[in-house]
Amino acid sequence: MSRRNIKTAGSGWLRWYVGLYLVFLYLPVALIPLFSFNDSVQAAFPLKGFTLAWYETLIGNETLIGALITSLSIGLAAAAIATLCGITIAYMDTQVRSSVARLISGIARLPILIPGVVVGISLLILVNLLGFGPSRLAIVLGHVLVCLPTTVIIMRGRFASIPRSIPEAAEDLGAGEMIVFRRVMLPLALPAIGSSFMLAFLTSFDEFIVAFFLAGTQPTLPLYIWSQLRFPKSLPTVMALGTAILVVSIIIAGCAELLRQRGLSRSMSSRA
Amino acid sequence: MNNEGVSLRAFDRTRIFRGFMLTPGAIVTLVLVLFALFLVVFLSVRVNDDSLLGAGVSLQNFVTIFTEPLYGLVVLRSLTIAGLVTLATVVAAYPVAYYLAFHAGPRRSLILFLVTLPFWTSYLLRVFAWKIVLAYNGVLNSVLMLTGLSAEPSTLFLNTPAAVVLTLAHAYAPFAILPIFVALETIPKSLMEAASDLGARPFTTFRRVILPNSMPGVLSAAVVVFVPTVGDYVTPAMIGGPTSTMIGSLVQAQFGKANDWPFGAALAVMVMLVILAVVLIVRQADRLFGSRT
Repeated sequence: MSRRNIKTAGSGWLRWYVGLYLVFLYLPVALIPLFSFNDSVQAAFPLKGFTLAWYETLIGNETLIGALITSLSIGLAAAAIATLCGITIAYMDTQVRSSVARLISGIARLPILIPGVVVGISLLILVNLLGFGPSRLAIVLGHVLVCLPTTVIIMRGRFASIPRSIPEAAEDLGAGEMIVFRRVMLPLALPAIGSSFMLAFLTSFDEFIVAFFLAGTQPTLPLYIWSQLRFPKSLPTVMALGTAILVVSIIIAGCAELLRQRGLSRSMSSRA
Repeated sequence: MNNEGVSLRAFDRTRIFRGFMLTPGAIVTLVLVLFALFLVVFLSVRVNDDSLLGAGVSLQNFVTIFTEPLYGLVVLRSLTIAGLVTLATVVAAYPVAYYLAFHAGPRRSLILFLVTLPFWTSYLLRVFAWKIVLAYNGVLNSVLMLTGLSAEPSTLFLNTPAAVVLTLAHAYAPFAILPIFVALETIPKSLMEAASDLGARPFTTFRRVILPNSMPGVLSAAVVVFVPTVGDYVTPAMIGGPTSTMIGSLVQAQFGKANDWPFGAALAVMVMLVILAVVLIVRQADRLFGSRT
């Protein structure tokens, strides 16, 4: 063994700590699925009995289905726009490197420093000034703003990790910048585009604070949940709905993670 | 063959392509980010007259915020709660990031995935989960009574600032781990080898080498946690009760029930100023650590 092992402080207790930390992260959230099957309006121990009744109340609930469709359509639109902006901004920033592109890229990452409540009211003022006011479109714009830093950061990381020699080789072979982008850079960035789209969709699907200011007559799913939280009797139904949302979110986040890792391993192999 | 014509056309094509590529980002950043923020600042110096953009120009909104004791109290409380949340979140996250960077081995990507996963699940549900834990008829009280640790349910858990700190520290926990982990990851292994060659024991290496070098990550984690917390109004409303009103709740009330948009905008400007101050302090601290290494 030529390579020395660097000694860093503590490892036994650290493992315990990480375990406890994960329990702290997941235990409160795990209560939601647990009580969604409990045959009592009260979320308390001891558990009463197993029931699927709360899930049955979800089926055929038209307000809920309406909110779900609103959230899905807003999420898809916002994720599409935010990802498109993320791709173009990151490409111009990392590949073309004009000062305008760098400025735009800097402003695009600024919303990380703006709390949701300020994003919400600033867009509320804007959409009222533009004349269409609170509506689905307004929420889409708000969510584009919330997702933009994430998509720009993900796409910048991806474009920056593509070795310069690849687009240079394409240019040497006579491809114009547009062809290089469409046939070389875009396919190489595809896993990152997929993961950025999914994460933007999840962010929009879950976002409450901004949507709260911008919702017209059609609530999103989190707004529907918020309205239900006022009624103690509907809490088990909220937990059943919450369980469904948790499961779907975990699946989408898992897929986004897989895509990201595939993109990473691909960039490793292209570097070698 | 006209070579000049061909190259000119290729040049034009590149310019048109770049123009197209700049357009979506330019529209979104100029209109949605800059113009919308400008509107908030503009509205904050207007007088409320029930029209969209108010009337006249006046600093009255800011005078009210600085002279009415209630607003000073709420701003101070928001700073305290957000500060405590940031401290708790970063301190709790550091050992996890440390484990990930130096000890996790092949389990690293799984643990990384597990700590970031809650971030992608519903924020509202994470807050709601704490409500069912802390409520009078809730999980904690029922467990305490079942195990005989207390005779009757306590009202002390819910509707306290402490409950708000706990809930927010839980909700934003995943935010803190990643920046610290990245900072720890990028510390050159040679630095630690040099420390141990020079006879430093592991704890000394940690205190003198690892901790100062990871400070940029700690500071950016602090900013990422502080920003959403200081403007939050969901958790104070659901968990904090009447004694935990934060500045985000006030902004929300001005744009809702109170219907005084210019005053709400002035409160929002205060939130942004607080964040600006924190970011400037953090940048200064960052420079301090940068000069030491």
